[in-house]
Amino acid sequence: MSELTKMTLSAARDALHKGEISAVEITKAHLAAIEDAKELNSYIVVTGDQALDMAAKADDMIRGGNARGMTGIPIGIKDLYCTKGVHSQTASHILDGFKPEYESTVTANLWADGAVMLGKTNMDEFAMGSSNENSYYGPVKNPWRATGSDKDTVPGGSSGGSAAAVAADISIATTGTDTGGSIRQPASFTGLVGLKPTYGRCSRWGMIAFASSLDQAGPLTKTVRDAAIMMESMAGYDPKDSTSINIPVPNYEAALSGDIRGLKVGVPKEYRVDGMPAEIEKLWQQGINWLKDAGADVVDISLPHTKYALPTYYIVAPAECSSNLARYDGVKYGLRVNGNSLDDMYKKTRAEGFGDEVRRRILIGTYVLSAGYYDAYYLKAQKVRTLIAGDFKAAYEKCDVILTPTAPSAAFNLGEKVSDPISMYLNDVFTVPASLAGLPGISVPAGLSSEGLPLGLQLIGQAFGEEQLLNVAGVLESAASFKEKPAKWWGEKA
Amino acid sequence: MSVDKDTVAKIANLARIEVSEDELESTVGELNNILDWVEQLGEVNTDGVAAMTSVVAADLPWREDKITDGGYRDQVLKNAPQAEHGFFAVPKVIE
Repeated sequence: MSELTKMTLSAARDALHKGEISAVEITKAHLAAIEDAKELNSYIVVTGDQALDMAAKADDMIRGGNARGMTGIPIGIKDLYCTKGVHSQTASHILDGFKPEYESTVTANLWADGAVMLGKTNMDEFAMGSSNENSYYGPVKNPWRATGSDKDTVPGGSSGGSAAAVAADISIATTGTDTGGSIRQPASFTGLVGLKPTYGRCSRWGMIAFASSLDQAGPLTKTVRDAAIMMESMAGYDPKDSTSINIPVPNYEAALSGDIRGLKVGVPKEYRVDGMPAEIEKLWQQGINWLKDAGADVVDISLPHTKYALPTYYIVAPAECSSNLARYDGVKYGLRVNGNSLDDMYKKTRAEGFGDEVRRRILIGTYVLSAGYYDAYYLKAQKVRTLIAGDFKAAYEKCDVILTPTAPSAAFNLGEKVSDPISMYLNDVFTVPASLAGLPGISVPAGLSSEGLPLGLQLIGQAFGEEQLLNVAGVLESAASFKEKPAKWWGEKA
Repeated sequence: MSVDKDTVAKIANLARIEVSEDELESTVGELNNILDWVEQLGEVNTDGVAAMTSVVAADLPWREDKITDGGYRDQVLKNAPQAEHGFFAVPKVIE
């Protein structure tokens, strides 16, 4: 049974298509592994009966000769996606009891291809956080611990449950969402591949909104090939999302040629930030050498406004969040706390329903959008955002893709940064710039820290350049040959 | 720019979030830490720079002005904490 949970998505797909394994079999193996890994807290809800039902239908699809890439693949879905009749609360108290009457476009695409839902994965409330410690359902534990340590580490965030589930082999792959790094940073912390596609590549319809100009869906997977297969299923134009772009979805897997000869890889000098651990600097250099060895040309580039990306993000994202989260009022869905007037009911509901970080960002957002401050904060930030996007545009006249570290550190211990919001925000220093520019980014596991924790490298591509991005990521993955798995400390000892 | 207790109380009211007197003090500190930090954007010269309105160059699509969807009253109300006679129900607002 355990062999089935160790399969990559592409290996499982091949075995399913050949009839060597069944969807029901591989789904059952994962449901058993989930049961054994409860202490990771990576799932909020497990949908066992539904999973077996979907798996049986997937087996029918395969027998009928209608198998596709995702058919029969058991996956976890981040709690941010609306899934019909199933818990969808973005790990927030304010959406208590909410069961959507509709299905998000991205999950509907996956189900149409025959994927199997194992359950809903834990996350930072409303996708606000970088450690998955902001969930109403409690923190997620990273399956990885430092060598010889019994201290829990964080899986990163906000897609922390999705990342921990794949790293612990209790899901073959998972959906995440990325607003400022919420797929890539957890992928780096858990030794996975995490892809945030170009803004507009996936429909946001049915994804519970945080910052609408930044939010994108993407996969967390064990390999680059797996990411290519899952991305193809998730992506596509959707008339219900006016920001989704109407261009065909390519066969991403076919782009994995492994040939990057003559490709120009940009290395931005501004990403050598103060206080970056030497081992991350070293890994980055190693990544440069790997791509050179594969025939790429490395060019130095400059992204001069990099240091302003985080402060820009922490104006734009809270502004959009304060507007988006205004809909939670105790009237339409979720929690209601009674008060002595309508206004009092709103205030009490929202005070009790939102966690500390969400409340903080709503207040910041309300302030920067309020009369008298709008120009100084919000308009200013949107102008700097134009400059940040312009930096990338200029850089892509000299190079095809950009290589950087994914995060400034390996996974830190649970509780270590929870009391200092700004030090938590700095986790996203390398992922936020591409988000602000709407560009695709992918994190590839590249090595271990001196403490034995995974470290990722990030590749940033051009808008709708996912094929090239995945191809370069595949080369990086082969060169790094990262095969390590976390030592199992949870559940029944092997 | 920094915020004081009165400003935070005003923002909290605009955001319709109840913040108790005790919480007000610590919230002032938290918000000022963040505002001090984002203040560095003041260093950037943005003269003549257009504010970003769309991250990917695309025109908003138009569709025909026709009713294409709807008729979901019961589904819309299904998750309401309180629904009566086919409507959302809220505490009394008119005496």
